[in-house]
Amino acid sequence: MPINSHMLSISGLSFERYFERVFEPVSFDLAAGSLLLVTGANGCGKTTLLRLLAGLLEPSEGEIHCPQQALYAGHNPAIKDDLSVEENIRFWMRFMGTRKSNPGNGLCQQIIEEIGLAPVALQEGRTLSAGQRKRCSLARLLFCDEALWLLDEPYSNLDHEGIVMLDRILRAHLDAGGACVMTTHGSLRPEGFDLQECHMQSGRHHYAGAAA
Amino acid sequence: MSRQSAPTAFAALLRRDFLLAYRRRAELLQPLVFLLVVITLFPLGVGPSPKLLANIAPGVIWIAALLASVLSLDSLFRSDYEDGTLEQMVLSGQSLALIALARTVAHWLVAGLPIVLLSPLLAMWMNLPDAGVPVLIKSLAIGTPVLSLIGAIGGALTVSLKRGGQLLSLLVFPLYIPLLILATSAVSAAVVELPYTGQLGLMFSGLIGALTLAPFATAAALKLSLS
Amino acid sequence: MNPIVLFFHKTGSPPWFYRFSGYLIPWLWAIFIVLTAIGLYLGLFRAPADYQQGETVRIMYLHVPTAWMSMLIYGMMAVMGFIALVWRIRIMEVLVVASAPIGAAFTIIALITGSLWGRPMWGTYWVWDARLTSELVLLFLYFGVIALYNAFDEPRKAARAASLMSIVGAINLPIIYFSVEWWNTLHQGSSFGSKGSGIHPDMLWPLLIMATATKFYYGANLLSRARLILLKQDNRKRWVQELLAKENS
Repeated sequence: MPINSHMLSISGLSFERYFERVFEPVSFDLAAGSLLLVTGANGCGKTTLLRLLAGLLEPSEGEIHCPQQALYAGHNPAIKDDLSVEENIRFWMRFMGTRKSNPGNGLCQQIIEEIGLAPVALQEGRTLSAGQRKRCSLARLLFCDEALWLLDEPYSNLDHEGIVMLDRILRAHLDAGGACVMTTHGSLRPEGFDLQECHMQSGRHHYAGAAA
Repeated sequence: MSRQSAPTAFAALLRRDFLLAYRRRAELLQPLVFLLVVITLFPLGVGPSPKLLANIAPGVIWIAALLASVLSLDSLFRSDYEDGTLEQMVLSGQSLALIALARTVAHWLVAGLPIVLLSPLLAMWMNLPDAGVPVLIKSLAIGTPVLSLIGAIGGALTVSLKRGGQLLSLLVFPLYIPLLILATSAVSAAVVELPYTGQLGLMFSGLIGALTLAPFATAAALKLSLS
Repeated sequence: MNPIVLFFHKTGSPPWFYRFSGYLIPWLWAIFIVLTAIGLYLGLFRAPADYQQGETVRIMYLHVPTAWMSMLIYGMMAVMGFIALVWRIRIMEVLVVASAPIGAAFTIIALITGSLWGRPMWGTYWVWDARLTSELVLLFLYFGVIALYNAFDEPRKAARAASLMSIVGAINLPIIYFSVEWWNTLHQGSSFGSKGSGIHPDMLWPLLIMATATKFYYGANLLSRARLILLKQDNRKRWVQELLAKENS
């Protein structure tokens, strides 16, 4: 039997909160170079699914086969208000490390240029708009070289140029053999890509109230 | 697992923490001012009799140090938790215990060490005899890191709670009791020129124990809080 | 499948646990009542009075076993908590959560009986001797675990947090006990030691019987509480619905 060569395979995966499934079990396989779009109504568990894939949560049911480390970009941009854009990015580069060829100042400036934040590079995080924060959080896509990306609503808050930028980065990643799982809750969808889709159903039939 | 070496990541984290602390340096003074105010309350509350103050000095100073420490523990992980930094650190592949240790070290340098440095002033206010002052400083130097290490466990457990601060105090104060007993007895012993090195030695082994075990408990608590 | 793994899966299943404990609980209560009756009879009527303390020593038959249980239960919470955290076994989480109030209750009884025991000798209801002080700190450790559990919204996360806290507390417990003991000798506090070297066998038997009785109390109470927790947590699941339907028919 051939070894599972997919970058990511899940079968019957679900997660419980308050003793109820957050979403109905999900299964899919993701090959290199593929983009998977996870869709579903608000509250159906898309973020929970990504967190499961990232390893922040343990599944209640089902299995995940994910042989490599994934890059997770969630709702929270992981930006410190008190540090400038450049200091924020520099910290993450130092903390995570990078295998890119010119680490250090050069790479940092390059990344800031590419995400379009050069004008505000020295401004503190708290002065950034929501869209700028989103761009800053996407910087990590540029210096980390994980093959699998898990992006939670990456297009939210981005303006038109931001969307174009993200599409460009995403295409480069997929062309290089990477893969991506992306959530979206509605109208913001990546254009011009070959997509796999996974539609999620909420498992909750009752309002999840206070703990028993 | 991670492409970055542990010492480099540790250093990067410490560097960031110092930068953050420096940017918010006004806030750092709050627990210290609290410490000074609390000490001041004692002569006001029990009377300024030098003998009485000298008697209760070791205990009062140490209890005030405990209270001041706990004040600054709630924010140990909170900011990183709320803006998503903690998640990213967990996923970075670095040992979470190491990350916890880095935060704890930064916390001690910024919140615990100042208490050690302020202690001669506190000793003077509480009329602690000169014989006790060096031992007081040593006991705080050994003990405040333990306060940070054990307190970090409480901070990690309560970080996902909205009002975790009060609960944190309830959780960590019983765990601080052995430290309090040993430290105050060392200082009291030094004042009457009885041996005190045993107590300090025990405290030091407690520090080693906490250094090796607490970061792992803190790491487990952080993973739990993120789930 | 490996029979041991199968066993754990089975015992971890709530409906199975509910049924099994349902059979066990009446027996546990029965044994508890019998042992307590024997123990109290021997302790209150047949055992000799103490040379120094007179009849008041008889409160020991309540105080010492409850103090032992207060410590034992915390230890059990740590062990079960460890299993719950490492293997994610839900029933263990439930048992930890159910144990905490029982342990706290034992601690409170130990404190009250200890206080009453000392009153004739000390003249007050409280002194800071080693044993009472340690019990009081233990009570705070229990309160901490209970408060931590109640602070979380999601029950399984809450139970895991409580488990972790129990483990941390249990590791510190011996250290706390020893340091309080040492602190007490330092300050020459009064200690009503019947922790003497030799204890009269007529006094020993009632003590051991009462100690055993308290364990059955713990078992019965623990299982009852655990069943209640499972019913509440699973009240939308099929096994509970079926159970309620059967009860109502």
